[in-house]
Amino acid sequence: MIEALSILLLWLGGAFFVIGTVGLLRFPDVYSRLHALTKADTLGLGLVILGLSLRADQLFTVLLMLFIWLLVMASSATACQLLARYQLQSDKDSSDGGK
Amino acid sequence: MAASELILDLILCLVLLSLAVAVVEVKRLYDSIILFIAFGLILSITWARLGAPDLALAEAAIGAGITGVLLMAAYANLAPKKHLQNSHRSWLAVGFSLAAMVWLVLSLIPLADSPESLVAVAEQAMADSGVTHPVTAVLLNFRAWDTLLELVVLLLALLGMQQLRLPSLKIAYPWPLLNAWGRYLAPLTIVIGGYLLWRGSSGPGGAFQSGALLAAGLIVLRLNHVIPGLSWQHAWLRCSVLCGAGFFLIIACLTAWLGQGWLDYPASYSASLIFIIEFLATISIAVTLAWLVTGQQEAAS
Repeated sequence: MIEALSILLLWLGGAFFVIGTVGLLRFPDVYSRLHALTKADTLGLGLVILGLSLRADQLFTVLLMLFIWLLVMASSATACQLLARYQLQSDKDSSDGGK
Repeated sequence: MAASELILDLILCLVLLSLAVAVVEVKRLYDSIILFIAFGLILSITWARLGAPDLALAEAAIGAGITGVLLMAAYANLAPKKHLQNSHRSWLAVGFSLAAMVWLVLSLIPLADSPESLVAVAEQAMADSGVTHPVTAVLLNFRAWDTLLELVVLLLALLGMQQLRLPSLKIAYPWPLLNAWGRYLAPLTIVIGGYLLWRGSSGPGGAFQSGALLAAGLIVLRLNHVIPGLSWQHAWLRCSVLCGAGFFLIIACLTAWLGQGWLDYPASYSASLIFIIEFLATISIAVTLAWLVTGQQEAAS
């Protein structure tokens, strides 16, 4: 039962990564690409970690993986903000330059 | 199981090779840098797959992390007209790389015939090495000479940079979010870097990995204007850059003078000697790498 649930979660996580990659390649501008990418990697990684936690034999391993997830989430949120703000800034600059 | 692992390994090889070609072939230098960072990450996964976690850690921290930041900093210093890659081939460089590759492969072939003998020799000597992790024993005891020279190479790189007298990096004022996240990250790099250093005696980790991580923490703090610029005029900066190679050299001279020979530690001291050398080397590596990225030249007066 737990085994099946874990496999399901791992597949779901993998699927989110694939969807995020497709979004990154197919979406038209930086903002929607960032949207696809950050959702995919935080949720995808979360599901993979949940799936792996069901197989872990120690509580410590689970805590370590949760900690990694938290770190990745926080840094991906920060990186996403930075890229989006940079893009916004350069959009503004180029439209100012056009006038 | 074996088939799926083979597929994974083949994909890794394929991605590694295509990234390597792409790094050289893309037009814009910026894309080339991004691809080089991706190449470092894939290479680090490859080392992990080959069962070499020490190399994987070093490649991820130095190859992908610090080298990527260094290239970015160099790119920021470039004039915009130089942002395209030099497209003409230098056949001399191609010939030299091919010759070097052939020579390396030829020198690896004898190793394939006798893999057990070297491992056996190393494992026999483990008892007197002072550490329990074979890689650390090789790096800091049996082949300590190589590690000493690696530290000297790093020192030479820094001296070369110093001679170029590049203008210091202009750092934009950071957004509050980055600033806040940087302040959370910096203590974490100290904790994880310290752990890697401490763990080096019994498992994967050690001075280079830990030093690169600490350098990353220093760079993040510098880019966030939390710490002032690292200026070559500060005595502490010069001391910390020199302490790793300096202490190593002193030990080498002392063991040659009083002991059995160059870097042949007395068995009862080897554990503590290795730890002190690694600790000082970590400081040197961290400060040197951070200086290479964000180092500040004094205003010419």
